[in-house]
Amino acid sequence: MPAPLNAATVGPAPRARGWRTGGWVLIALLPLFLCAAYLVPFLGVANWSITLPEPGLGQYARVATDPGVHSVIWRTLRICALVTLLAVILAYLLTYVWIHGNRPMRILAEICIIVPFWISVLSRAFGWLVVLYNRGILNTWAQDLGILSEPLTLVRNDVGVVIGMVHFLVPFAVFPIASVMRGLDTRVLMAARGMGAGRLRTFWEVFVPMTMPGIFGSAVIVFVFSLGFFVTPALLGGGRSIMIAEYVYVQIFQASNWGLAAALSVTMIVIVSLLLLALMRLTRVEKLVR
Amino acid sequence: MGTYRPGPVAILLAVLAGLFLLAPMLAVIPMSFTPFRYLKMPEGELSLRHYRTIWENADWHASIWLSVRVGLVASSIATFLATAFSLGMWYVQPRLKALLIGFVMLPMIVPPVVSAVILYFFMSWLAKAAPAIGYDTFWGVVISHVVMVVPFAVVVVMVALSQIDRRIEMAARGMGASIWQASAWVILPNIGFGLVAAWVMAFVLSWEEIAVTLFITSINAITLPRRIWMGLRDNVDPAVAAISVILIVITLAVVLGRILWRETRK
Repeated sequence: MPAPLNAATVGPAPRARGWRTGGWVLIALLPLFLCAAYLVPFLGVANWSITLPEPGLGQYARVATDPGVHSVIWRTLRICALVTLLAVILAYLLTYVWIHGNRPMRILAEICIIVPFWISVLSRAFGWLVVLYNRGILNTWAQDLGILSEPLTLVRNDVGVVIGMVHFLVPFAVFPIASVMRGLDTRVLMAARGMGAGRLRTFWEVFVPMTMPGIFGSAVIVFVFSLGFFVTPALLGGGRSIMIAEYVYVQIFQASNWGLAAALSVTMIVIVSLLLLALMRLTRVEKLVR
Repeated sequence: MGTYRPGPVAILLAVLAGLFLLAPMLAVIPMSFTPFRYLKMPEGELSLRHYRTIWENADWHASIWLSVRVGLVASSIATFLATAFSLGMWYVQPRLKALLIGFVMLPMIVPPVVSAVILYFFMSWLAKAAPAIGYDTFWGVVISHVVMVVPFAVVVVMVALSQIDRRIEMAARGMGASIWQASAWVILPNIGFGLVAAWVMAFVLSWEEIAVTLFITSINAITLPRRIWMGLRDNVDPAVAAISVILIVITLAVVLGRILWRETRK
């Protein structure tokens, strides 16, 4: 039965009872599901980290002091920093052409960015294996052309891991840069050219500083993403170049050391939260300055 | 010169970056036609044997079929939960909005390997409490995939809702519609495209999911990515090249189709 029209039902911010409870029922489903399937199990993992194999903070002490764990953490940070640098540079170049190029250039750049984005991480890692391994395309060509006499070892080491990870992360690095470049007023660039600045000088002294927030945002996103990376390092590192995610996998499925895996998981969550908090602080400062 | 355009050096460097991005996808094409049983480039003679493996082998079929079913169910549940959540937030606009949104975004922000450990814990516990939906089962994979893809669906649905005019909700309310009537007949039909986009996104993410799936399955529930992973780990199976080429061709067709559709409409 339709309710009569009156102030209670037509007001600018109606808070009819049925709507409010109905709205909360709609809201509640997803958080309840995630509480059961994600939050409570996370508390379980946190509990593992302080009870397995015996109660106490032994696993965290190990994370803080064990040289094996440290070498894995350092390698992870080193590789992620290098990957972030390379991925942001490549993404910047591609986005530059994607946003500011003419129509054919824009379409080609878009294909180069979007197609890899939608292709499975496994197919992409496998593709690099085909290119890089000892009898792969790169080594075969280089030897046929006489550039190399011995094949270069490009997989099962850090080189393969870095190449594969950069390739995976470039599309993710593109989006924050693209949103800044799109909002840019290109008349400023025309003005710089008009006043006699060369292409290079306009690019370095006007364009790059104006897109700095995009570069920064993209670097943080890529770095955070790369920290928990599992598949590419496992396939292209071939068990030699172990990063933290693969180390966690090994602790659970080979070493049966669930406590250490849990302690590392909690540590990673803390590190990522700190990084994201720093990002939010810095972007706010950024806004104040502008 | 009317607009600002990249110079030749920038274009050359961008072309190199583009080639870098396409290289591994181009490389798997010749490899998929290799006549050898191991990872070796074809020398002269080409063979379709690895495509035949994908076409005939029951293991590959079972994995593809499992991934299709998991994807359909997981993306439908995820889209439903995401739509209910976003719609409720849109109606109520609660004071804790930012906190609630932050909470449901967690599986997207937390490093995948940590999510994998969390879901491994959950699935191991379910394996004791309710073995039919726990570790290494169809429903176990579905639940885990819903957790992992639901934040992306929430983002897409929320963007769609932000585009529609609040006054249509006011009008429905004013004419005495209940929240359910207004949702079903007024709001949802208006965000139909967003719902489809959220569902497709969720399906693709579930179809490709590997990091979490590796932790929560073992010998029964072998999804397609997990089978590809098995084909890559020890002795690399060139059948992986064949399935990769098939997936790349499908992706390329969809992306090119979309670009073509957009460009010709202008």
